[in-house]
Amino acid sequence: MRLEVKKTYKLFIGGKFPRSESGRVYIVNNHKGVFLANVAKASRKDVRDSVVVARSAQSGWAGATPYNRGQILYRIAEMLEGRREQFVAEIRELTGQNEKQANQEVDSAIDSWVWHAGWTDKIDAVAGNMNPVAGPFFNISTNQPTGVVAAFAPQDSSLVGLVNTIAPAIVSGNSIIAISSETLPICAVTLAEVLETSDLPGGVVNILTGNASELGSWLASHLDVNAIDLEGTSNAAELEMLAAENLKRVIRKGSYSRTGATGSLQHILDLMETKTVWHPKGH
Amino acid sequence: MFDYSPAPESKDLVKFQASYGHFIGGKFTKPANTFSTINPATEQVLAEVSHGTAKDVDSAVKAARTAYEKTWSKLNGATRGKYLYRIARIIQERSRELAVAETLNNGKPIKETRDVDIPLVASWFFYYAGWADKLDYAGLGANPRAHGVVSQIVPWNFPLMMLAWKIAPALAAGNTVVLKPAETTPLTALLFAEICQQAELPDGVVNIVTGYGDTGAMMVGHPDVNKIAFTGSTDVGRIIAKQIAGTDKKATLELGGKAANIVFEDAALDQAVEGIVNGIFFNQGHVCCAGSRLLVQESVQDVVIKKLKARMENIRLGDPMDKNTDIGAINSKEQLTKIDRLVKQGVKEGGEAWAPSCVIPKNGFWYAPTIITGVSPANTVVREEIFGPVLSVMTFRTPAEAVAKANNSQYGLSAGVWSEKGSRILKMADQLNAGVVWANTFNQFDPASPFGGFKESGYGREGGRHGLLSYLKGSN
Amino acid sequence: MPTIDPEAVVGSRITNQSLSRWLHSLPGVDKVGLEARTASLGTRSIKTASKAWALDMAIQMMDLTTLEGADTKERVRSLCLKAITPDPTDLTTPQPAAICVYGDMVKHAKEALGKNKIHVAAVATAFPSGRASLPVKIADTKDAVNAGADEIDMVIDRGAFLSGNYLEVYKQILAVKAACLRKDGTRAHLKVILETGELETYDNIRRASYLAMLAGPDFIKTSTGKVSVNATLPITLLMLQAVKDWFDQTKIQIGVKPAGGIRTAKDAIKYLVVVKETAGEEWLTPKYFRFGASSLLNDVLMQRQKLTTGHYSGRDYVSVD
Repeated sequence: MRLEVKKTYKLFIGGKFPRSESGRVYIVNNHKGVFLANVAKASRKDVRDSVVVARSAQSGWAGATPYNRGQILYRIAEMLEGRREQFVAEIRELTGQNEKQANQEVDSAIDSWVWHAGWTDKIDAVAGNMNPVAGPFFNISTNQPTGVVAAFAPQDSSLVGLVNTIAPAIVSGNSIIAISSETLPICAVTLAEVLETSDLPGGVVNILTGNASELGSWLASHLDVNAIDLEGTSNAAELEMLAAENLKRVIRKGSYSRTGATGSLQHILDLMETKTVWHPKGH
Repeated sequence: MFDYSPAPESKDLVKFQASYGHFIGGKFTKPANTFSTINPATEQVLAEVSHGTAKDVDSAVKAARTAYEKTWSKLNGATRGKYLYRIARIIQERSRELAVAETLNNGKPIKETRDVDIPLVASWFFYYAGWADKLDYAGLGANPRAHGVVSQIVPWNFPLMMLAWKIAPALAAGNTVVLKPAETTPLTALLFAEICQQAELPDGVVNIVTGYGDTGAMMVGHPDVNKIAFTGSTDVGRIIAKQIAGTDKKATLELGGKAANIVFEDAALDQAVEGIVNGIFFNQGHVCCAGSRLLVQESVQDVVIKKLKARMENIRLGDPMDKNTDIGAINSKEQLTKIDRLVKQGVKEGGEAWAPSCVIPKNGFWYAPTIITGVSPANTVVREEIFGPVLSVMTFRTPAEAVAKANNSQYGLSAGVWSEKGSRILKMADQLNAGVVWANTFNQFDPASPFGGFKESGYGREGGRHGLLSYLKGSN
Repeated sequence: MPTIDPEAVVGSRITNQSLSRWLHSLPGVDKVGLEARTASLGTRSIKTASKAWALDMAIQMMDLTTLEGADTKERVRSLCLKAITPDPTDLTTPQPAAICVYGDMVKHAKEALGKNKIHVAAVATAFPSGRASLPVKIADTKDAVNAGADEIDMVIDRGAFLSGNYLEVYKQILAVKAACLRKDGTRAHLKVILETGELETYDNIRRASYLAMLAGPDFIKTSTGKVSVNATLPITLLMLQAVKDWFDQTKIQIGVKPAGGIRTAKDAIKYLVVVKETAGEEWLTPKYFRFGASSLLNDVLMQRQKLTTGHYSGRDYVSVD
């Protein structure tokens, strides 16, 4: 009998798969409580490193054409589809869901990438404005990504919750540091592998596995983070307080559903800034 | 010599009461816990106003809640709109009186209140009046809902204009409000309360509570308030964001700024100089979006500074009630002290301050328009919001350097860029991290145009469709 | 009188190419910004003593003008008498700077004005279109100078300017300036009319101002008064900025004359505000600022009467001219 080769579950930072700089891991069990894997337990310094790479990747990602971003998001859907069996197996192993339920979750995750991919070049078409001001001016409001987003994926979802946390942030050109569900981190690492092979520039998405409460305060108080999504946190009020220090944009818990095959434009816009440009009209 | 003779606007156009209570549930309360509000140009007392207590705030919120539930949310959009149109018209009718009142209480020149503030106040109500029955088109799908009761806190730099920016969209969207004007400039808000009465606005839809920061904090903290809208300093914005953390309260925050005004060598230099002047000396520099950091391309630095200084010699500082005054009084002694301290700090750090020769009046609070050259991005005057008529001047060599320096700030409210090259303007507009980019112009405002900042300049927008969204939520 | 070296200003030998490069290197003009600045200055409130000063200055800056095909000796004589005594009811009223007429009327004007210090200005160079050969323009100029004209108001060749032939425009101004020389070595003052209404854009007007200034005139002037857009406040502000910048650069002070369409005292005062706050007090003299106008004088006189007497005057209390 051939001995199975097991995966080492690592972090995803700057397009690479490092271990936690702390060297820490934590045990993840399957739904029966049997040991499944040692998963990297991200530390404060992993947060720090992730923010640095997320910041440096952000302007290039935002500067890519919307068409290009759309194609890359669609590519993610393609890659995910190609590995659906693995995701289905991981979800079942981890949560004990039946095949149909697991398939449904993977379907939603794939379709949500497709849904988001289509938005890249339409956001300003529906949420931007030509403003008819009372003067000889051209005046236009467009939306641009807020910058670096820190997000806590829902704790009760393996895959679709994470996808519906990452996609609304990066669709517009933000970069993200996503903290996966602590107890359901396996699909997060596999998703990182999908992202890594999807032409997504390194550093745009960074996925940390570990304890949201431990990492939360470092992200919430980080002055180079522009927005924070508190969905998967257990101490949201405390983190919102820390986030106030540099007036981070905050998505409170429960603001948006993360289970579907579609997201919300409002969710996308919450992580964007409206920019209004004036220019005189005259010969 | 062509010296302009005094051309004072008449003070008699406005009659303040000796003392004011709060405006709650459609009626003025009896004045209590009063403090004086003055004319900062003369330091004369204009009236006594009441310092709002927890009880006052509570009864204002109750009045707003009752009005929301019993009347305002029951009215159709068209009717709400008609009330706002009425208000807009009454403001136009009483515009001269309001301009005088604002100038007396704020110290800004009558020219500005007459030509900028009050016309914008009227246009803001007129604009949002038209939205009230078109909320389905706001962008949230059919049947969007109001938040309910909104606490609104406005600053002293554009007292009535900020009130209009807050109240007009809130009411159009179907909310009711409790608004607090700044402690130094409460009078036009109280005149606005009278306008609500003249417009027969249902009682409690608009409530005005006067007072200091503690009153504002109670308005933010009140459990029956659904949304906060605040314009003011970033420090207070932070406090509010913390205060509402963990609640369901939404917030729109318009906070500080330190805008870069970038002049390229291919700019229309004379208009750029006008834009620099308008950018920093408009309203004594008491403008959160003021272009307080001039970034001028090295090759045109000398000519721009020379033209700027020549232009500044023509700025007329003095009696705000004189129709020819360009720069009026600083709004308070406290603000004057802050400006003075920061400029001294700038000089201590190696900057060179220059001001044109102008006569400073004996009474009141005044600061001559000032530019500080020889400063770098590390200097205090370049980093801190001065909120006064003080311009820091720096240079750059390339567009990339201009962008890097302009974006090097914790703020991101506005920016200016001057170039006659279209593609450069568009690229700069893309790269500048600011909520408003004025290209070949500065300090333009319009009710149809969203205004608000990136980063520590706050969040949410005021003006336009976006400004309406701040007061609505989806129907789900 | 100080002079400039045009080649030093342009930075090269004067050719059409070098002129073109020079003119197109001038900063652009933003229309909206310029007009906003002008509108803002237009809100200055000029009252009491400053208004009295401004009204008198406006009269002294006036080139009282008649430029009609129907002009006659008598018509010109009557205008001159009006200039000598603008308001018989108030002999403190100052006199305008000049009478502005067609070249053939110069002698009648000189005769009517006698020894009075009021100048006679003549339009020349195939006014108003400027469509004639250079020899004709020179002859036109010399004719007026020989008849005694103190000032020559020439028009530039707008066709040449708009087609990019700057050298031609420049050479013509130099030639006309030379034609202003009198036998005694003195020279009639030269005003160069840009006809801004035909140049249309502010960028063109700035370039035309600089091109004209390079040729060394005494004044640059907006308009002939014969096209649909004549003097406007923003155009005048732009030209005042140009002469101010020119002075800063060369130390040569050149005057500005808006002409056409300035009809009310209120407008004239706005122009004076623009002069003061753009070029500066140094330009607030008839030597450096003129109004080309005809009906303006009577409105200023009525306003003057109002200030003196305290009640409003009427058209029948000033003379028709």
